[in-house]
Amino acid sequence: MSEPLLSIENLSVRFFTYQGVVRALEGVSLHVEPGEVLGLVGETGCGKSVLARCVLRLVQDPPGRITGGRILFKGEDLLKASRKRLRQVRGNDISMIFQEPMTSLDPVFTVGNQMAEVVRLHQRVDRRTAAKICAGMLEQVRMPDPFAVLRKYPHELSGGMRQRVMIAMELSCNPALLVADEPTTALDVTVQAQVLAILDELTRKRGASVLFITHDLGVVAQLCNRATVMYAGRIVETAPVERLFDSPAHPYTKGLLEAVPTLEEDREELAAIPGMVPGLVEPPGGCRFHPRCGRVMPACSRRVPELFRVRPDHFVACHLYGAEA
Amino acid sequence: MASWQRFKREHQWRIRELLFTLCLMRRNPSAVAGLAIIAVMAAMALLAPWLAPCDPVRISLSERLSPPSSAHLFGTDELGRDILSRIMHGARISLRIGVMVVSIAGGLGTFLGAVSGYFGGRLDNFIMRCMDVVLSFPPLVLAMALAAALGPGLNNAVMAVAFVMIPKFARLVRGEALAVRQKPFISAARVSGAGDLWIVFHHVVPNCISSVIVLATLVLGDTILVASSLSFIGLGAQPPSPEWGAMISVGRKFLMDQWWYATFPGLFILTTVIGFNIFGDALRDILDPRIRR
Amino acid sequence: MSPVVEVRNVVKHFPVSRGFRGRGRKVLRAVDGVSFGVEKGETLGLVGESGCGKSTVGNLILGLLKPDGGRVLYRGEDLRALRGEERKRMRRNIQVVFQDPQSSLDPRMPIKKTVGYPLEVNGLAKGARAAERVEAMLEETGLRPEHMHRYPHELSGGQRQRIGIARALVVDPEFVVLDEPTSALDVSVQAQILNLLKNLQKRHGFSFLFVSHDLAVVRHASHRVAVMYLGRIVETASREDLFRNPLHPYTRALLAAVPRPGPKKPLGILGGDVPSPVNIPPGCRFHPRCPEAVEACSREEPAEVELGSGHGVSCRLYAPLQRRDMP
Repeated sequence: MSEPLLSIENLSVRFFTYQGVVRALEGVSLHVEPGEVLGLVGETGCGKSVLARCVLRLVQDPPGRITGGRILFKGEDLLKASRKRLRQVRGNDISMIFQEPMTSLDPVFTVGNQMAEVVRLHQRVDRRTAAKICAGMLEQVRMPDPFAVLRKYPHELSGGMRQRVMIAMELSCNPALLVADEPTTALDVTVQAQVLAILDELTRKRGASVLFITHDLGVVAQLCNRATVMYAGRIVETAPVERLFDSPAHPYTKGLLEAVPTLEEDREELAAIPGMVPGLVEPPGGCRFHPRCGRVMPACSRRVPELFRVRPDHFVACHLYGAEA
Repeated sequence: MASWQRFKREHQWRIRELLFTLCLMRRNPSAVAGLAIIAVMAAMALLAPWLAPCDPVRISLSERLSPPSSAHLFGTDELGRDILSRIMHGARISLRIGVMVVSIAGGLGTFLGAVSGYFGGRLDNFIMRCMDVVLSFPPLVLAMALAAALGPGLNNAVMAVAFVMIPKFARLVRGEALAVRQKPFISAARVSGAGDLWIVFHHVVPNCISSVIVLATLVLGDTILVASSLSFIGLGAQPPSPEWGAMISVGRKFLMDQWWYATFPGLFILTTVIGFNIFGDALRDILDPRIRR
Repeated sequence: MSPVVEVRNVVKHFPVSRGFRGRGRKVLRAVDGVSFGVEKGETLGLVGESGCGKSTVGNLILGLLKPDGGRVLYRGEDLRALRGEERKRMRRNIQVVFQDPQSSLDPRMPIKKTVGYPLEVNGLAKGARAAERVEAMLEETGLRPEHMHRYPHELSGGQRQRIGIARALVVDPEFVVLDEPTSALDVSVQAQILNLLKNLQKRHGFSFLFVSHDLAVVRHASHRVAVMYLGRIVETASREDLFRNPLHPYTRALLAAVPRPGPKKPLGILGGDVPSPVNIPPGCRFHPRCPEAVEACSREEPAEVELGSGHGVSCRLYAPLQRRDMP
């Protein structure tokens, strides 16, 4: 098996606030293979966004601090990289797109201006050539009338178009890994379908890997190869996507799938997971899901379950599965 | 006792927020310094009748214009009255003026601003243009003109200064009201059947309170300065009132040889106003919801 | 059976720019002739993407906006025609739950007051009686009495939304506009809230207008569904009919574009962007993006066709199927 492109090992992140120490990530390990799309699913507070930001060292310190673990990109530990090295990596090898592109695009410059800036950072070309290159990038993301769009300001574009501009910009340098933090959450469903199709096509063409963060299980099912489910700062399950939806192992995953209304069938009542997502200042001991779990056992509150391999490529962190189960 | 428990339970959040605020204050040097100054002045004002070494109106011509000594820490004035005691009593007057002005201007200004921002339209236009008229005058000049028109005396000075300070509050609260007006909970209140004025008092104003408090602190400092200036030119407090501005007004004549007469009241005005200003600035940062998280 | 709330041909336009000397005046036609009725105990789902006008319809029903045309009727009476006390009493029967649990509650008001003040301002109860009713309401929505003394930011999103629901229901309305009530909530909390709403409806007979962009949620929560596009309703049907047999090309495109948590299926891509309600295409509003469009579609706006069992579509594809014998 080839070496994974990105390998996160035992990552722990804490936020030091007045209310206490927030244990946002605890012992998180995952990996992304070259050319694959890994979905990172979870609800609010599960830590998926924090994890995404850690990859590019975007977590503010204070109040956040990475307290342990390694992030290996092509074998290099990014947590030990110098600032200069990080600057080289960002944009070139690892790119990131966010949920609300308005915050990544400067409102006082035209789209063409900003895209050209990115292009000219890496190639020595004059303005006309840069504009042509930018238009070419926009064509790749199926933007109608690219030259007109280049002359517009970000607020003149719709959400879907802005997101396409972001994708074009971030993929312009052919990064090996694209980190996408809820890129389609704020978009209408028909626009989302367009953007997902573009992402799929482009990353496949270039062989880029994608770390796709979302809370929408449908999007994960359609776009990703594998999926990782997170809960309250820990990974609870990882599996190929078909497997995850077909036979989920972890009670939380099962609960999620049963709680989501679907277009297919009618359910009289949704099987809601009782209780609420725990606060991360004093999370429950042992397995963090145990207070809400329908299959809780005495061991669950005492020991943290390790990731156990139930099938090749399917891992669960639950005491129901394990050497002793 | 049971009622204390109930009180604690009902106001749990307020108490916790208060403690958080105090903790933030403790960490902020300007806040600590400002608050210390204010506390000292307030203590002086409140306890003057007991703390002052001498009677502020006791005349002792034999000791007139004596320099600072162990008997009279800040010296004596032209009638032999102890300046320190007069300053301490003057603090009462200054702070009283400050509180009265801020209460009147704050109350009226907040009301006008809230109504203006919430209702908008022609009412907003009218009120804001009135505020603009008042703001187009330099505040001190306008206060002087008003005080002169109303006549000498402390209460007239209070009205004059309060009038001049109203637009500051009105403008601030109007801005906040404009923002609050868009929030869904205001629409929800309207759908629930609440009348507009009810919404203004129960929803809009409470959400502007922290900005108003910050402004009130800063305006208090300003007020003391303006009020002293009015007394300085004879429009505010009248003799034998130991108001600081009035003292400087008289002490000015003796500035060359008896420096202590005008200097000490002046120093106290300076310190008090600075105290309110730096505390107000620090408070603005402390209460800013973005920084608090 | 007469509907609890009915909208008839309701129109709402917003002036966007006055142009120069009368030319180039732009109007945002948010709602451009919408009609429907909601029966007692029924939930009508109103679906559409951004800019379709669904939230504006909600605001028109609530009385937060004045219609520029058409009428909003409560129990057959036009609320705009009433005055004073009577209007207030009728209005009380239509309440709202907003989308964002954070900004739909006053951060400076304790929960007790937030849920209690509708009783006070309507003169329904005061003091101890009001407090009792508030407690009962909180319990019904799944909260505990001690939450009364807390402030919104101490509670989770799901709890805040429950409070929003409690506030809406405390005056015992007949009709509630639910404006994207679960869009800002996590999946597991969404399920709890949807169940809660269903139970409350069953127990008390409320009628709901469930406005949402999430088709799966609307499918679960509604009895009937209306699909909106650029200010008009393009299709109305019972829940089963709409999802099993969508007729309008836009409804079909919407359903095809929703990613489902299950086996991989290519998503149906609808070309183009959602046009702005400032520049509404002539003829059928959907024709620039419609895979079935013909030349006639750009000229005439299709009328609604009734296809029996309450299934209505506005598309020329179905004009010949109009059941002329329907009453």
